[in-house]
Amino acid sequence: MDRAETSARIAGLIEPFNKKGIEVTDATRFTDDLEFDSLTVMDFVAAIEDEFDIIISMNQQAEIETYGQLVDAVVRLQG
Amino acid sequence: MTDAVSQPDQPETLVGGDAPANGGDLFSKFDPLIKMRADLLSTGVTDPFGLVMERVVSPTVAICNGRETILLGTYNYMGMTFDPDVIAAGKQALDDFGSGTTGSRVLNGTYAGHKAVEEALCDFYDMKHAMVFSTGYQANLGIISTIAGKGDYIVLDIDSHASIWDGCKMGDAEVVPFKHNDIEAMEKRLKRIPEGAGKLVVLEGVYSMLGDIAPLKEMIAVAKKHGAMVLVDEAHSMGFIGPNGRGVAEEQGCLEDVDFVIGTFSKSVGTVGGFCVSNHPKFEIMRLVCRPYVFTASLPPSVVATATTSIRKLMTAADKRAHLWESSRTLHKGLTDAGFQLGTTEPQSAIISVIMPDLERGAMMWEALLREGLYVNLARPPATPANMTLLRCSLCAEHTAQQVQQIIGMFTRAGQAVGIIG
Repeated sequence: MDRAETSARIAGLIEPFNKKGIEVTDATRFTDDLEFDSLTVMDFVAAIEDEFDIIISMNQQAEIETYGQLVDAVVRLQG
Repeated sequence: MTDAVSQPDQPETLVGGDAPANGGDLFSKFDPLIKMRADLLSTGVTDPFGLVMERVVSPTVAICNGRETILLGTYNYMGMTFDPDVIAAGKQALDDFGSGTTGSRVLNGTYAGHKAVEEALCDFYDMKHAMVFSTGYQANLGIISTIAGKGDYIVLDIDSHASIWDGCKMGDAEVVPFKHNDIEAMEKRLKRIPEGAGKLVVLEGVYSMLGDIAPLKEMIAVAKKHGAMVLVDEAHSMGFIGPNGRGVAEEQGCLEDVDFVIGTFSKSVGTVGGFCVSNHPKFEIMRLVCRPYVFTASLPPSVVATATTSIRKLMTAADKRAHLWESSRTLHKGLTDAGFQLGTTEPQSAIISVIMPDLERGAMMWEALLREGLYVNLARPPATPANMTLLRCSLCAEHTAQQVQQIIGMFTRAGQAVGIIG
């Protein structure tokens, strides 16, 4: 799956978690812009893991701050 | 394991920020917390994290702020802290072996008493190996960080205790959490782990925030199906759950499938210290490779002597176990009937967790109970699941039926005064 398609599918998954309807770009930060707390992060990560059948370990999550970094990581993890 | 209740179990990263702007003070990152505490205390509320036990009368009663107070938040489940045999063993060990070992278990810090307490644990759990650490926190920290290394995967419940999270962080394994007690979520993650990687599943018997238990039998079966080793923290079940008090895994008939049981001396055993018991044939090598075991002084002789005596008495404490369960059922029903919302619909352990509508009324309720003469634990976000504010009650086998009725009365009066129940 290429980056654009991956990004489109993640964009669909993020909607229910984007309570304030903030416009999401590659530079959008999960904690600072979308105000995700640790519980939201867990549910959101689980949704992505199930959608793409991958594991995003906490070690990998620690390196992901923005939407763009997440898309890149998911593309990479799909191999 | 002990709960600090004012910070999350999962470690947070506090970012340093702009050093020149704050004069290079590394403490600047704590400013928001300092302000939050100052704001709370300026309202005149008693500091819930500054309570002093001026005198301890018994396992269930202490003098706090000059007032006799029933203790309902000490995790002293089996009330062994004032057992005459336990105290006598400690005094004897002080006389015979001195006040401390001043050394590591692998150098000069292993006395006859340390071997004796490990033998007592092997007998208690009917397992081949036991390793005693200086605290329960160090037991989780040491075992988890040592056995799960780079390239291995740790799959753990999201509501795990801080000592488990810190053990994960200290090791180099990939850390994969799953939703609390969710068997399907756990299995999905186990399935996705690359072939050939080592896998450790970490579970707890009783989760101390809500006092709920894990479906260990099902979860361990799934873990084994996927070739994982299993570690279960039974800190909050030792002594009273299971036919021999070995914990939730014994109760559910799956203890033999648990590779490592982690426990503590600071709850039912009534002193301080932690341990791991296991039947793994190579377990003894842990004594040489586990850094939180090697690089710290061993427990004082009096502590291991009290622990040994206490553990051996817990093996035959069926009557106390039965009384503790009776108290748990009575308190659970009494508080439910009074109109409180509890963490579990049925009593599952000796922890009864009362859910507060919000932090403000939770703090008011905590203080009202203290004025009534009752101490419970206040647990608040972000330490709690789903950001709840909880008043956690942990029962003791030494609470009398009369004290339990008194406790229900205190809760009812305080709850009405604060406006939580009608």
